[in-house]
Formats: sequence, structure tokens, C-alpha cells
Amino acid sequence: MAKSLFDKIWDAHVVKAIPGGLEVFYIDRHLIHEVTSPQAFDELRARGLPLLRPAQMVATADHNVPTRNQHLPIADPISRSQVDKLTENCASFGVELFGLGHENQGIVHVIGPELGITQPGMTIVCGDSHTSTHGAFGAIAFGIGTSQVTQVMATQCLLLSRPKRMRITIDGELRPGVTAKDLILHIIAQLGTGGATGYFVEYAGSAIRSLSMEGRMTVCNMSIEMGARGGMIAPDATTYAYLQGRPYAPQGERWTQVLAYWQTLYSEEGAEFEADLLIDAQTIAPMITYGTNPGMGIALSGHIPAQVAASEAASFEKSLQYMGFQPGETLLGKEITHVFIGSCTNSRIEDLRAVAAYVQGKQKAAHVEAIIVPGSKSVEKQAIAEGLDKILAQAGFELREPGCSACLAMNDDKIPDGAYCVSTSNRNFEGRQGPGARTLLASPLVAAITAVQGRIVDITQYLN
Amino acid sequence: MDKFQTLRSTAVPLPLENIDTDQIIPARFLKSTTREGFGANLFADWRYASNGEPKHGFVLNDTRYHGQILLAGHNFGCGSSREHAAWALYDAGFKVVISSEFADIFRGNALNTGLLPLQVSAEVLQRLVARVTHYPNTQLEVDLPTQTLSVPVWNESFAFDIDLYKKECLINGYDDIDYLLSQQSAITTYEEARTWSI
Ligand code: SF4
Repeated sequence: MAKSLFDKIWDAHVVKAIPGGLEVFYIDRHLIHEVTSPQAFDELRARGLPLLRPAQMVATADHNVPTRNQHLPIADPISRSQVDKLTENCASFGVELFGLGHENQGIVHVIGPELGITQPGMTIVCGDSHTSTHGAFGAIAFGIGTSQVTQVMATQCLLLSRPKRMRITIDGELRPGVTAKDLILHIIAQLGTGGATGYFVEYAGSAIRSLSMEGRMTVCNMSIEMGARGGMIAPDATTYAYLQGRPYAPQGERWTQVLAYWQTLYSEEGAEFEADLLIDAQTIAPMITYGTNPGMGIALSGHIPAQVAASEAASFEKSLQYMGFQPGETLLGKEITHVFIGSCTNSRIEDLRAVAAYVQGKQKAAHVEAIIVPGSKSVEKQAIAEGLDKILAQAGFELREPGCSACLAMNDDKIPDGAYCVSTSNRNFEGRQGPGARTLLASPLVAAITAVQGRIVDITQYLN
Repeated sequence: MDKFQTLRSTAVPLPLENIDTDQIIPARFLKSTTREGFGANLFADWRYASNGEPKHGFVLNDTRYHGQILLAGHNFGCGSSREHAAWALYDAGFKVVISSEFADIFRGNALNTGLLPLQVSAEVLQRLVARVTHYPNTQLEVDLPTQTLSVPVWNESFAFDIDLYKKECLINGYDDIDYLLSQQSAITTYEEARTWSI
């Protein structure tokens, strides 16, 4: 029977099927960070268990780290102790750690791909929902809770039921000013925040094929925002070209062997999907969100819905009240005081280049605070090597040191109560960027133009 | 993990849709390296003003409502994978969350915490919310072995689904790790047999 990409990889990782439907599922790579791992290490200690395959793990400090003066000890004692705990745990259990100051440090979903740790055909987990990012390489990658982190640590396996399969095909060419971020925000707005619950999504079609790896990662990253277990894209020449020569990617003869295997990873003609959607790329416009979940998105020049289904009315009303918006109104012209460019969705070198290319020779609006937080040390280094730091500084943007930063505001990078922030991150939940902060999700290009204009504009009239 | 078999309790209605885990436990409270104490910050930003005063009108601050069952809207627990959300609910005394749909990761985390995610139809949820909102003392009964949710005052019972393995785990207080550890030889055999090893 014709097999889907998802089934090929899933089937190759089933250790054992248990009557009743659950399967013992093998995990190739386990990424950890400071926030969701300490309790798992404690549990191992309490049970006297070792790590089964420490060589298949990699750790980094990202969620809770400051984005200024990373060479100094972390000022907040509780944050410091969490990062110290990770360092201690990695040392005593023998896990490779890219800690603060390490040249490979960065947001876990940025460094995995960048180092070549993420590869096609793999199963990858992390105690973080945006692990779906790694699916861009044709891997089955998904977020897990801390109890599952412990399970993978101890057994390299999870007990899972097989999700349903959804394919979303986007054919055609994206319009000018429309990026991978707009594409995924468009899809989430169509499906809603729970529209893919229970599914694993494969993105296909010519619009997806024409995306760079960075763009594909942006798309897969936000799969979780429509409830999907994960998202994936079949590997192709773009994938191989990205991976070849990366520090942890296979080399030499090994490369030739794995490449032959990777080339078998695609959905065969006639493969079954429980849901199959088709989107015309031409229908996608630059997007922005107006509400407090990522499904509440509209075209930049569109209007907030005037009304919603009765069952959603209470949530919709609460959401608009929090955001300070009215049903049916446009966002065009709304004044913005904060712009955040960063997070595992959009903090890769391509994102920084897009922002720099737009703001070169321009100035951010005087009332706007604009920060750019690179996804990793390596992105930061690359940006400096290309002179992007100077372009950004001249335009009034502050380039910080790598970390999750204002994506979840665990560190000092918080958006003030009531302030509007156009953010390239992935969640606009109430208080996500700080108590009372009002987040509008958008692409790096929209964020850059907003910073310069100081308000929301129809970017198609402002493209360089 | 604690065992769960049956529960008779009143319920707390919070019928908003898409309640995400950032609301259940905001990120700034995730700095603790232990599993305890998250209950104090459950729904922190809905429950307390910035000066720490309880917010009037939020259901957990309303003395009419109490109990070990939370009644929540569709797609409960979406967003972040933080298991801290399930720990916070459990730590605050909830043993069951009833909704018409749970986000996948939250459902798994809840089951691994000993918190029962009990899914009912949208229609039953709506009836339960209406009842409990107007009659806060309404008792609900959850019976895991028979997979039923009963409302004695209505003389009605509703069946609910749960994975059989997960049901056994909850009833006996086992977690997945015990089972996975028992599979060690199968895991090693699998690793050795892989044609494409990493
Ligand atoms: S950048 Fe944001 S979404 Fe990504 S891993 Fe960090 S906190 Fe999570």
C-alpha cells in the first residue's frame, strides 16, 4: 500500500505494538533545556536510573537566559539557579551542554538544525511544544511533558498512540511581501487554534518546495498552534544542501549512505491522509493576529470579524477586551510601541537579513522600542560578520544576545502592561510577553515596516 | 503517582474556549526546579491583580464555587507543553478536568500527573456548565473503572472514553516509565536490528 512520509518514519520507530493501540516508540534525538528538565533528572535520581543513551541527547540554556551581558553571572537568583541546575545535571549525567557563552548556545530549535543534529528520518523530542520545528527536515519531531522527558532519558522510548495524518498542500507562488510566516498564520487562521488536534501534518505543494529551510522551519514551528502534534516536510535538494557540511551532519561515505535513505522519504502517490487540504498560494496575504490565540489572524488590510459562533462568543469578547480592539474594525493605523524580532519561529539569519534589508538607511519611529534577539550564538556571529548589526543599530534596532527572550518573557525582556507589540514569535496568549502585554504576531518583514512606521500599515505599499 | 478510582465532588465552571497553558500557569512561575507548589499560581493572571489582590469575578475567587472538578471550554490546555500546568491544577486540588476537547500534549501530561482529562460532548458540557453555574452545590460522580460520569440530581450518566492502558495506570497509580523499563530487552533488540542507525 502507498505509504505517507509520516508512516514511513513512524513505522521504522515502533519497538513494539501493545494490544489496545499504544506503541513503544523509539526516539533518536532528545533535546533538553533548563525549564522542563530539572524535575526529570530528579526523578531519575529518585529511582536510581541512569540515562540510557546520553550520546543521543543535547542540552542548551535558552528559555530563561538574559539577552544582555551574557558573560556576567545571571542577576536573577532563581533564573541563575535553574541554569546552574542544568549545568550540574549535564555534568553528572554526561550530557553535552551548549550553555551560556558556548559558541553553539541558542534556542533549542534553532541550534538543532543549525548544527546538523536534526536530520531527515529521525524521531526528535524535547520538553517544548515547538519541537515541531525540526519536522522541516522530514523528521517526526514533537514536544513532550516532563514525565515523558524522564521516560526518554531512562528508556529512549515513549508510549504513544499513532496520530491521524493531515496533508496541507499549498500550490502556486506567494505574492510579494508574503513570507513563510504569513503562510502558516493563514493556515492557522483557516483551521483555528484546535483545528488540527489529534493530527500530524505534512506540508506539501510547490509553495512549500520553493521555501528555504529557514522558511520551512517557520512553517513547521507553528504547527502546534493549530493543535497538531507536529508538522513535517519531505526532504529534498534544499534540505540536503542545508545539511551538508554542518558539524553534526554525517560526512564522507556515511553521507552518501544516509542520502540514499533520505531520498526514500516522501509520501507515495495514493498515500492515505485522514484529512487533505488544498490552499492556493495566491490567496495568502501578509497576515497579523488581532486576538489572544494564534488562530485569530487576519490579512493586514482586513477586518476583525464582526461576530463569531455563539459557542466562541465569550472567549472572543474576552480576547478583544484584553487587546483593546472592537469587533469588525481594521488594525491599519493602530499605533505600536514595541517590536520584537526573535523566537524559534523567526530568529534565524534569513530573518535578520530580511529585517536589515528593509531598514537599511531608514529609522525606526521615535516612540517604538525595537529589539532583535538572534536565535543562536552562531546567528549572532553571522549577523555581525555580514555587518547586519551596524545596519540595525543605525536604524535604531537593538541587537541582543541569543535566547527565547520576549517570546515568553521568563527573563527581563518583558513588554509593559497594556503596550502593543508586533512580534515575530508564535504565541499571542494573554500575558505571554509579560503581564498585560498585547501581542500581534506577524512576519519579520511586517515587524520591520511597523517599527519604521510606528503603526500598522498595509505593507504592500511600503515594500522596497 | 496517586491512584484514581472514583470521585464525588462539586465542580468549578470555567467555560472559556482555548484556555492555554500560559493562562493555567504563566511562564514566569516556571523557574522552580521541583514539582511542588505550582497550585498557588494556578491561573495567576486571571486570579490576582498585579498588587496580589484577588480579582473580583474570577471563578476561583468566588466562594460559591469549589470542588475537585474543573469544567472547562473546548480545546483546554492548548499551547505550551509545560507539564507544570497539570501539576498546578493537581496541586490546587483538582483531580478531574471535564472539557469537550483537550489539547494532545496536555491530555498526556494530565494522565502522567494523575489528573483525569474527562472528555464529554459539547452538548453535555454545555448542560453541565449551565447546571453547575446556577446550582454550585450540584454533585458530580466520576467512576473510572466503569468510565461513567454521573449527575445524581438528573439521574443521568454519561460514558466517557479513555485508553485502556492509561485507565489501568490511573487506577493503580502506575506511570509509563515502569512499563517502559520492563521493555528494556525489546528496546535493545530494536536498536541492534536497525538497518539505518544514527
Ligand atoms: S523561542 Fe519561544 S516558543 Fe521557541 S522555544 Fe523559546 S519560548 Fe518556546
